[in-house]
Amino acid sequence: MAITAGRLLADGKVVFAGVGMPLLAAGLARRTHAPRLTIVLEGGIIGTSLLPGKLPISTNEMRAAYGAQMLTDITDIFLYAQRGYFDYGFLGAAQVDMYGNINTSVIGSMAHPRVRLPGTGGANDIISLCNEVFIVTQHEPRRFVERVDFVTSPGYLSGGDSRARAGLTGGSLGAVVTDLALLDFEPSSRRMRLRALQAGVTVAQVRAQTGFELLIGEDVGELPPPSAEEVAIYRELRDGPARVAAGAL
Amino acid sequence: MDKPAGRAAADKRMTAEQAAALVRDGDHVAIGGTLYSRTPMALVFALLRARRRHLTVSRSLACYEIELFLSVGALDRVVTSWVGIGLPWGLAPIFRHYVERGEAGYDEWSHLAMGLRYKAGAMGVPFLPTLTMLGSDLAATLDLQTVSCPYTGQRLAAVPALNPDVALIHAHRADMSGNVQVDGYRHMDVDIARAARTVIVSAEQIVTPEQIAARADQTMLPHFTVDAVVEAPHGAYPNECYGLYGPDLEHFDAYVASIREHGPAAGLRYVQQNVDAHADFAAFLAAAGPAKLAALEAEARELMPT
Repeated sequence: MAITAGRLLADGKVVFAGVGMPLLAAGLARRTHAPRLTIVLEGGIIGTSLLPGKLPISTNEMRAAYGAQMLTDITDIFLYAQRGYFDYGFLGAAQVDMYGNINTSVIGSMAHPRVRLPGTGGANDIISLCNEVFIVTQHEPRRFVERVDFVTSPGYLSGGDSRARAGLTGGSLGAVVTDLALLDFEPSSRRMRLRALQAGVTVAQVRAQTGFELLIGEDVGELPPPSAEEVAIYRELRDGPARVAAGAL
Repeated sequence: MDKPAGRAAADKRMTAEQAAALVRDGDHVAIGGTLYSRTPMALVFALLRARRRHLTVSRSLACYEIELFLSVGALDRVVTSWVGIGLPWGLAPIFRHYVERGEAGYDEWSHLAMGLRYKAGAMGVPFLPTLTMLGSDLAATLDLQTVSCPYTGQRLAAVPALNPDVALIHAHRADMSGNVQVDGYRHMDVDIARAARTVIVSAEQIVTPEQIAARADQTMLPHFTVDAVVEAPHGAYPNECYGLYGPDLEHFDAYVASIREHGPAAGLRYVQQNVDAHADFAAFLAAAGPAKLAALEAEARELMPT
């Protein structure tokens, strides 16, 4: 997933990343095709370098600030986003629906929560304010649901032009990257659409792991498998240069 | 929004316990820093020890201190964008216990909305317009209102000002009258302090006015915004303090392991063992041990620009 997501980031752009998969994707892009990609973190950090094997576990700590070009405050970072400076944003999802609406607030209802999740953090702001947003998550039916229990972060709301009508004038959902596939949103209905498969995955497998009716693109091909170079850089970022451990990509 | 008398005092130094006495039952307390970065833990521990009731606590991102306030029965409501201990530790079980049973409220705002609420409070205006939170169920749940721009007609969210009763802030250095300096990222601390009625600042080091003046560009808050100054070396531990010490992740590991063993009762056990058992924060630090603190300082030095 990190490798697929990293390939979506163009050189010279600015990416608003979170910790974990997004930071690995951005780090990979910087070390391969996008050396002038600027990584921004919500803890007030602009232009961070990553220390391989010591990636931060929060967006607001010294590891996240390593080698940064600018340190400011949290509100300021989001105001750069609101002004339109951030080309890309990354989000994870406890639940995502066919219009790209994301729930990270509650399983069940707010009045009677089955599980009270941590909350939006910056996710609502990222999807509202970054120019192009990528959702990166495991592909499984309990995540890809017909209707999210709660719209923490608005995607295309009820489809069509409902996002723009809500006042969300900037920003778009670029892609959904999963362990099974690369997906996007069909331009008129704004429904999620399968674009390409991860190596060795079938359309039937993707359908089986999706809890709603998925649109299927016309030319669904297979994504190129991770190259040896990409795998090596990924592992170095995650584990550090000294020990190269095997593990899931 | 009124400010109390006493801000003109030349010497605002006091102990954390004296500062905690400025917090009253039912107050809205805003806690500076974010997650486990530069949280004013010496002040948080003093407030836990004071066992206030019916507090509301707000933060940008909330960490395990929320679970501790809930565990001593001090907290009615948390106002923030995110509550967790940190990503590696998963969901916050004690927070879930209280909120899912309806015993505590959680007003969930977006991270920018929290920042703009404090900023509106700091600016002395009743709301700020923004393009975030529109169309979401967060906005619906909070009954967030929208406004039309009087010039263009554009629809904007109107985020209401937040003026906390008390702000708790941890800084790198301050002089005795409350000129406050911070190194590195400032989180939301400037706006939180300027929005609040009473501002309590703990500092790693109390310095002279001349030392403040020598680095005036680093001053984050001027003395007339501050009511109390508390000297607290390592006053953010087990959180990090930029450039000085890293976070004690093993401390959080042990906390989470204790919740696994004891369930929600682990919160009160933690307060009894780490707050109540010690005379003050210095004794808590002594129990952590100088070797641990030295290792966290070394970790911070390694990450600083050379």
